Amino acid sequence: MFDGYSSSELVAIFAMQGFAGLILFSVFVLMALGLAIIFGQMGVINMAHGEFMILGAYVTYLTSIVFADYAPAFFEIYFFIAMALAFVVSGALGLLVEWAMIRHLYRRPLDTLLATWGLSLILQQIFRSVFGAREVGVTIPDWIMGSLPLTDFIEVPINGVFVMVLAISISLAVYFMMFRSAWGMQVRAINQNRVMAGATGINTEWTDRLTFGIGCGVAGVAGSAFTMIGSTGPTAGQLYIVDTFLVVVFGGAGSLVGTIASALSISQAQSVLEFFLSGSMAKVLTLLTVVGILMVRPQGLFALKLRK
Amino acid sequence: MNATSNRLFSPAEFVGLAVLAVIIFLILPTALDNFRLNLFGKYLTYAFVAIGLVLCWGAGGILSLGQGVFFGLGGYCMAMFLKLEASSPENTAIQSTPGIPDFMDWNQLTELPWWWEPFHSLTFTLIAVVAVPVAFAFVIGYAMFTRRVGGVYFAIITQSLAAILTILIIGQQGYTGGVNGITDLRTLNGWDIRTDSAKDTLYFVNGGLLFVCILLAQLIRKSKLGRILIAMRDQENRVRFSGYDVARFKMFVFCAGAGFAAVGGAMFTLQVGFMSPTLVGIVPSIEMVIFCAVGGRLSIMGAVYGALLVNLAKTTLSESFPELWLLGLGALFIGVVMAFPNGLAGLYAEQVQPRLASLWFRMRGTGKPEDAGRPAAPDLEVAE
Amino acid sequence: MSDSKIPTSLSSGVSRRAMLAGSAALTAALFAPKMLLAKDYPTAAVNTTGLAVTDDTVTVGILHSVTGTMAISETGSVQAEKLAIEQINAMGGVLGRKIEFIQEDGASDWPTFAEKAKKLLVNDKVASVMGCWTSASRKAVLPVFEQYNGFLYYPTFYEGLEQSPNVIYTGQEATQQIIAGLDWVAETKGAETFFLLGSDYIWPRTSNKIARKHIENFLGKKVVGEEYYPLGHTQFNSVINKIRLRKPDVIYAIVVGGSNVAFYKQLKAAGIDMTKEKPLLLTISVTEDEIRGIGGENIEGAYACMKYFQSLDNENNLAFVKAFKEMWGSDIVIGDVTQAAYLGPWLWKAAVEKAGSFDVDKVRAASPGIELTSAPEGYVKVHENHHLWSKTRVGLAKADGQYEVVFETPDLVEPDPFPKGYQ
Repeated sequence: MFDGYSSSELVAIFAMQGFAGLILFSVFVLMALGLAIIFGQMGVINMAHGEFMILGAYVTYLTSIVFADYAPAFFEIYFFIAMALAFVVSGALGLLVEWAMIRHLYRRPLDTLLATWGLSLILQQIFRSVFGAREVGVTIPDWIMGSLPLTDFIEVPINGVFVMVLAISISLAVYFMMFRSAWGMQVRAINQNRVMAGATGINTEWTDRLTFGIGCGVAGVAGSAFTMIGSTGPTAGQLYIVDTFLVVVFGGAGSLVGTIASALSISQAQSVLEFFLSGSMAKVLTLLTVVGILMVRPQGLFALKLRK
Repeated sequence: MNATSNRLFSPAEFVGLAVLAVIIFLILPTALDNFRLNLFGKYLTYAFVAIGLVLCWGAGGILSLGQGVFFGLGGYCMAMFLKLEASSPENTAIQSTPGIPDFMDWNQLTELPWWWEPFHSLTFTLIAVVAVPVAFAFVIGYAMFTRRVGGVYFAIITQSLAAILTILIIGQQGYTGGVNGITDLRTLNGWDIRTDSAKDTLYFVNGGLLFVCILLAQLIRKSKLGRILIAMRDQENRVRFSGYDVARFKMFVFCAGAGFAAVGGAMFTLQVGFMSPTLVGIVPSIEMVIFCAVGGRLSIMGAVYGALLVNLAKTTLSESFPELWLLGLGALFIGVVMAFPNGLAGLYAEQVQPRLASLWFRMRGTGKPEDAGRPAAPDLEVAE
Repeated sequence: MSDSKIPTSLSSGVSRRAMLAGSAALTAALFAPKMLLAKDYPTAAVNTTGLAVTDDTVTVGILHSVTGTMAISETGSVQAEKLAIEQINAMGGVLGRKIEFIQEDGASDWPTFAEKAKKLLVNDKVASVMGCWTSASRKAVLPVFEQYNGFLYYPTFYEGLEQSPNVIYTGQEATQQIIAGLDWVAETKGAETFFLLGSDYIWPRTSNKIARKHIENFLGKKVVGEEYYPLGHTQFNSVINKIRLRKPDVIYAIVVGGSNVAFYKQLKAAGIDMTKEKPLLLTISVTEDEIRGIGGENIEGAYACMKYFQSLDNENNLAFVKAFKEMWGSDIVIGDVTQAAYLGPWLWKAAVEKAGSFDVDKVRAASPGIELTSAPEGYVKVHENHHLWSKTRVGLAKADGQYEVVFETPDLVEPDPFPKGYQ
């Protein structure tokens, strides 16, 4: 398939394909991080994860309208404010959900799956009633939708860079919170021994709630960022959910490092295969490989060594 | 009480079984028109899955969010046979390659794939309907349970499998019919399954098979194996230390659940007349769990009623309020999980049964009702 | 559950119904010259098969997804069908009978479609059904319609390879939609090489098969790539790189649903400016409806090939767009399928009145040859094979989300669901 191309063209293509793989990796990390945080801390799988993402996307949509109408001068930078708002709104809903629902179910982790699934149905219907069944078009500032020509042939999409920077910053932020902050220490203490942590005076209830809220908030930011590359509709969350679960499961649910490693391996595999095969075939092969590995190593790449 | 526990069904359970039989075989067929009866037939196919879940989840503590996979595999096996029968060279003369299913022709296949060939045989198909999903469940179960994977993690792995299988089926449309599924199924060994009378017959076959499954499930539960399962659910390590191979018991019950789901899937194909990937994926798999949860995850009867009632609610709600039924379904999920973890069966056992028992004892005038403190309605008093 | 969704916020002095009646009167003049009275058509005579027909009313079904992933696409069709029914009623109904409708939700789930279709036909005895959108839902209900002899008006452009006696296909089949557009880019734009791209299911695959045969065998040009991505796929950077590598003159894109938005946003971000037409992008899957989600600025410069665009400049279409916006809100857009869905009730009315009966067999017999002289898209006529003769047009996407029509076939294109030479 490479007949008739000059070597510089080939280099450029491989560079860009490598870049495509990195963008895919960043997207996976953003999708999975919120889910992994919550699961790692509480053993709860938030089935409404996709809907929290879409909530963030709708917040971005509303912000864009407000800015276009009332502050067109600042439209170019509204996106940053929108992301912050997405974090706040999704996070706040997360806190509310934890308080109303999740905290009553900590002893029955399987039941949280079902309850959050019910929540996702309700959220979908609310989105549909409020914003309509159709997708909404989020207007993105022009500078994000452009590309940076590096050489004659290599053009780097700015939204891809944006997603990458965002993924790295959020990963770093999570890392520092988990391993360098007092809150992170409490989270890890609770994770290791909830009763003892409580006995030393850690407010376990509040830490749980905050963790759930932060996980949902991160999902909201991811959803906000994805308005640059994807669609915003009541059921769009479902588009991301399969990949999200795969990344978390493959990484060994509960381990942040595992999540990142798994996002990296799945995205690179998929991106390389996509280039040499048809997209559909690439997806199928990636999925089959993931399943194959899960059969041999069902606890995932980086399983926590927990005694059950 | 203990005197009866060795029997397959306690008297109360036997009465419950009889009531269900009367509902399914007498009341529904006489009260409903052909269309509604056929709908109930469809709901009953989900009851098979729900019974399987009572075993896996209620008794074994293994929540599978991938029951759609087994339902779908069973259904697809059946659909392949029916499709081959519907694709006789005469019926498909208009195609470039007559004699193969229409979707293969559209996808430029010129001959039947080898793994479709055996599905010309009804015997093979009937075996495959159960064997293929059970074998698949065995592979999954072996991989997971021998490595002590369980709980939430097992649930999301099975869910991912459901998603992956859907993508596979949709992607390989030349072999599977893709997103359209396998449609336009007509006859079973020459017997037209589309007529009203055939649908009625299938309904009764379906009901009969359901009772066979209920019986099997009850056998499993009442056997020593069933008690080990419950022991495992509550204290897995103690059972393991007592010398039992926990993984094997889990594998067995998971495979049994898969087998029940597969029978349901095959009956679904026969009754509805097609099979499609929308019955395999995440959404149907979770809905099947909710049937079981609403009915009561510990009760076989409850699961059957759960499947019937939730589906009935879904149909009626979506007929009257098409834009609101998702809200209702979501609220049902949350409500059942938060307020009634044992579902309808739990409600029945806590609220209805004691009253009935009390009434029963009063009428018989023997023994003492367990909750004598509860006043019975005066007009129900029977003179000694 | 009929009028509940109609907005009542019209604040002008004229009542909404009066305005509708006004536009309906206009339509009446366009569509049917004479008013029929129910007393001339006794119920016993026009309904011999027990359909839901009374002396004053006739009931039809509307069967689309109101919930689930397909609700995005199907909403427009529901609105168009309700508008057509309302207009027909305002001008006296069908054979003097008001049309009532029963709406059922297919919930984007194919078994549900089959169940609801059966309910409409068996329990409600509807005289006809306007409905379905995806091929999968149509395939699911088809056996039901054939078994219970129902009559379905199906609005979507689709892959062809089907011709049911119980369905009138008001959208275009694949060859109608595809060939004119390919001829046009080859002739006027001098396109030599094509890159075919689609979502992975029957319609894009069949359409691309036809496109490839036409490009290679009839135009003598070259296909330099053919790619499919799973439905709902959201990452297109790899295929965009492949497009850069192969340097096609034309990207022929049949991406659908949520993937659409992702594809066009990523295409733009990758620096492929479609307004430069290097490469040129030709699609058959993006109507004005989809552009709302994509954003006009992200698809500006692309070409779409279909039979109807909202911007068509003729008085029928202007009246149609006006009435549609009055009923459903001024910010609404109308795509190809929405217009095709609007034709359904009108075609049925014309067939019933030609047959002088609601009986499905008679309506079927009367259907071929039925013509609408002034549909929004122009003149259409029902072919023997139950598809419509229609013109095919190419539109250029503009930043405001509308298409500018740049080409129109001079004659009506004959529908050919089983095209010879393209199999």
